[in-house]
Amino acid sequence: MTLEGGVQYSKIAEIKGPLVVVDDVDNAAFDELVEIETNEGERRLGKVLEVGNGKAIVQVFEGTTGLSIAGTSAKFVGKVMEMPVSKEVLGRVFDGLGRPKDGLPDPIADKFVDINGEPMNPEQREYPKDFIQTGISVIDGLMTLVRGQKLPIFSGSGMSHNLLAAQIARQASVVGKQDDFAVVFAAIGVQYSEAEYFRRSLEESGALKRSVLFLNTADDPAIERIITPRVALTVAEYLAFDLGMHVLVVMTDMTNYCEALREISAAREEVPGRKGYPGYLYTDLSTIYERAGKLQGRKGSVTQVPILSMPSDDITHPIPDLTGYITEGQIVIGRDLFRQGVYPPINILMSLSRLMKDGIGEGSTRADHSEVANQVYDAYSRAQEVRALAGIVGKAGLTEIDLKYMDVGDVFEKEFLTQAIDENRTIEETLGILWKIVSKLPKNEITKIKDKYIDQYYKEE
Amino acid sequence: MAAQGKIVWVSGPAVRADGMSEAKMYETVTVGNAKLIGEVIRLTGDVAFIQVYESTSGLKPGEPVVGTGNPLSVLLGPGIIGQLYDGIQRPLRELSKQSGSFIGRGIVTTPVDMTKKWHFVPTVSVGDEVTGGDILGTVKETDIIDHSIMVPPDHPGRKIKNIVSEGDYDLETEIATTEKDGQTISLKMYHKWPVRKPRPIKRRYDPNIPLITGQRVIDTFFPIAKGGTGSIPGAFGTGKTVTLHQIAKWADAQVVVYIGCGERGNEMTEVLVEFPHLKDPRSGKPLMDRTVLVANTSNMPVAAREASIYTGVTIAEYYRDMGKDVVLVADSTSRWAEALREMSGRLEEMPAEEGYPSYLASRLAEFYERAGRVRAAGSPDRDGSVTLIGAVSPSGGDFTEPVTTHTMRFIKTFWALDAKLAYSRHYPSINWMNSYSGYLADIAKWWHENVSEDWLSLRSEMYGILQREDTLKEIVRLLGPEALPDEEKLILEVARMIKIGLLQQNSFDDVDTFCSPEKQFKLMKLLVNFYREGQQAIKEGATLTDIRAMPIIGSILKARMDVKDDEMPKLDQLENDMQKQFKKITGVKVTN
Repeated sequence: MTLEGGVQYSKIAEIKGPLVVVDDVDNAAFDELVEIETNEGERRLGKVLEVGNGKAIVQVFEGTTGLSIAGTSAKFVGKVMEMPVSKEVLGRVFDGLGRPKDGLPDPIADKFVDINGEPMNPEQREYPKDFIQTGISVIDGLMTLVRGQKLPIFSGSGMSHNLLAAQIARQASVVGKQDDFAVVFAAIGVQYSEAEYFRRSLEESGALKRSVLFLNTADDPAIERIITPRVALTVAEYLAFDLGMHVLVVMTDMTNYCEALREISAAREEVPGRKGYPGYLYTDLSTIYERAGKLQGRKGSVTQVPILSMPSDDITHPIPDLTGYITEGQIVIGRDLFRQGVYPPINILMSLSRLMKDGIGEGSTRADHSEVANQVYDAYSRAQEVRALAGIVGKAGLTEIDLKYMDVGDVFEKEFLTQAIDENRTIEETLGILWKIVSKLPKNEITKIKDKYIDQYYKEE
Repeated sequence: MAAQGKIVWVSGPAVRADGMSEAKMYETVTVGNAKLIGEVIRLTGDVAFIQVYESTSGLKPGEPVVGTGNPLSVLLGPGIIGQLYDGIQRPLRELSKQSGSFIGRGIVTTPVDMTKKWHFVPTVSVGDEVTGGDILGTVKETDIIDHSIMVPPDHPGRKIKNIVSEGDYDLETEIATTEKDGQTISLKMYHKWPVRKPRPIKRRYDPNIPLITGQRVIDTFFPIAKGGTGSIPGAFGTGKTVTLHQIAKWADAQVVVYIGCGERGNEMTEVLVEFPHLKDPRSGKPLMDRTVLVANTSNMPVAAREASIYTGVTIAEYYRDMGKDVVLVADSTSRWAEALREMSGRLEEMPAEEGYPSYLASRLAEFYERAGRVRAAGSPDRDGSVTLIGAVSPSGGDFTEPVTTHTMRFIKTFWALDAKLAYSRHYPSINWMNSYSGYLADIAKWWHENVSEDWLSLRSEMYGILQREDTLKEIVRLLGPEALPDEEKLILEVARMIKIGLLQQNSFDDVDTFCSPEKQFKLMKLLVNFYREGQQAIKEGATLTDIRAMPIIGSILKARMDVKDDEMPKLDQLENDMQKQFKKITGVKVTN
């Protein structure tokens, strides 16, 4: 990143938490990029959060550890933070601020882009409806991902969300199309081993040269995490809308991002919303998630799979809660299934893909897809009720039909949900298993499927 | 004269400027060299506190702020229908022409095309005495919207001095002048109106005509009246947006205003893609011909989110004043409340619950009070209505949070969405035990006159079955279903049938997406009669197993999808078959 010109100020009035207050400032702009220099010549980056009355409040991405009031100067760079982009970023590894981390020089920039992006005009969006086959039955069959969607994975500590995200990244393809695709991976405050697992997984599948990695690991500065998803998405938008590629963006873990945001809010002494998170958390998250999409007249797409760990597995915690209000569905990892050793341990009843209805059906998957999926949801939900009841009254207290639903629950988990980490099922195979499950039920229990599909696919054993 | 000041402080969407002693509260101003649009929300000495409707990135202290002298207003005239506006009535289609796929800043456009010619037919003549709200003439705005050109409501009342003859005119043409005491006022086909000020009316009526939405759980169980207020709270994934889309599609209103307030961009795109292809079930014309969209998606500037609600409701009132029934759907009022909270925080006001400002309740009340079925101001006489329906997105799905609790105080229909129902794919996931409608008694008359005298009694009987089931479920949870006698098992069975066959509705099924009042009534009657016959059959010795084995059950449950609105005799046939099958099972018992 080139930093030229700008005005130098040396009067630092206050340093608190991640913030530096600069005095006697007369020409700084809101959101402007700031370069902080210590006596020892160390340079850090920051941005203006508030400016006026001769003061500027600057958020320092690398943290303020080691800064002193006397020995620090601030340079206002005269522009907002930008990311250099070009086709050369493919195959590269950057740090959380978008600086090369792989020992290679800066990529030669095609252009410099404001990392905050601009809101897409809803009138110019193209409604996403291209089915992405992930080869994972439960996703393709019941919570279909489409190009341009934002579909997060809600997980908890220690569960297998990274395996799942890596499998999606390896296997995601669109049926019948061999388009240009790319993977952008943003590690936000995760352990080094997790980031490394993802990198290796891309390498082994040969996708690394089509990938861009942004790594802010757990030992990197926390405030940098505010920037990491934004530089990643800036690159993703460039690849998608300038170069016409279909870009899958995996961001993990958004919980760390929100915590960095809370830290800054607390340092600014803002009135907190729920659980100490700032009142604008929703708006802030939306400026990240809403950058997924497709645009009219442009070839590419940005599909987001953000991962977040729900503190104490609580889906009503502000982070998953506000995320769910913005994203187009959610894939929820269930602790019970995980404990039973099921992979992928997805709790289908809590999961949902809002764009599924337009991505499936005749012409993309199969005409009966939506109805058979609805019936399986219904049946599995009944199975859970029956299981709960069996826990109280015992199997003997169940009716014959209840027992059939128990059976449905077992077949669903063993044959449909469970899948090997390198198993790539076609949509036909997936639908086949769904019908196998439905066929466990007597016909008069099937209330959500039209007779013509029952006649065609129902097979009594 | 207009205020001219300088920026002294910037933080996000909040800007302070000094030298603003001439500025008025809620005056619109242009901010900075980029001429961003803002609104004055506090005045202290000569310092104005301004909320800016566009991104303030790059704004510097010292840049100019200029007052416009006018409060935030919308332009009202032909050409509004079919538009997609941002929160301050800038057409997004025009913005994209000027700034491409992403929304740029400081763009100046007009809300409607001022050069487009409209065919104006005058209905007043020279010498007529006119006053605010009087109709001057009409314009055919779309195939289904006859747009009345009205004298602005704040017009003092004068004689018509000139009026153009029938013909094609653009909006800037002077179509009439009025004169009194030598003072002339020029009238055009449009006027402006401040968004925060309700448009005047003559009188209000009781809302006693149902707004038919074609959604069974709404129309049959928790109806809303034309001119009424309703709220849909629900955690994410419970289907708020789909329900609101359904109302916007199928409600029997002449105009629908859909406000996407802090919601997903793709949802607005979906409406834009879908509505032009969907036909209004009553007129057969594209739904877009009666729809206005206001979009401030979640990543668009937060201050304009606050304005979007007012922009939408003012447009709704304008069409109401023409004597139309207007439905306004706001998704979601929680985001609007959060925008209030964010600005309040930056103003450093003392927060009330969960950081929301203390005036949250009064702002919500003011908004919902703009609903109503009214006699419009001016002549000739015309009655119109604005129905307000707001989604609420309670944090964590907790209905005790401030926005939900305050909203409940000011609305009369409450559709509580239930995450548990949504998890089991029961859509719409409106919980029949927690929802209510305050209009039930008032609108029963309409059903009795238009559909059947039995409507309210059947509805009560059916609701009674669901209430009984709710109690019985507790017992089943403890003892299992086999502990119940057959009479009570029948209640569970019929409740299940009501849920699948009536309460659930598939928005994505061509037939099921809209259900006519007549079909709603017949399905209800079918299910209630099933219960009555079942009770009788059990008395006569049939068992629940016999009843469950009746093949008719499958047909009843699928009737909502299988029977089209114009095939009502099929439902009568179904009822006949049902009676026959009941006779059979009791008959078999008797001969044994």
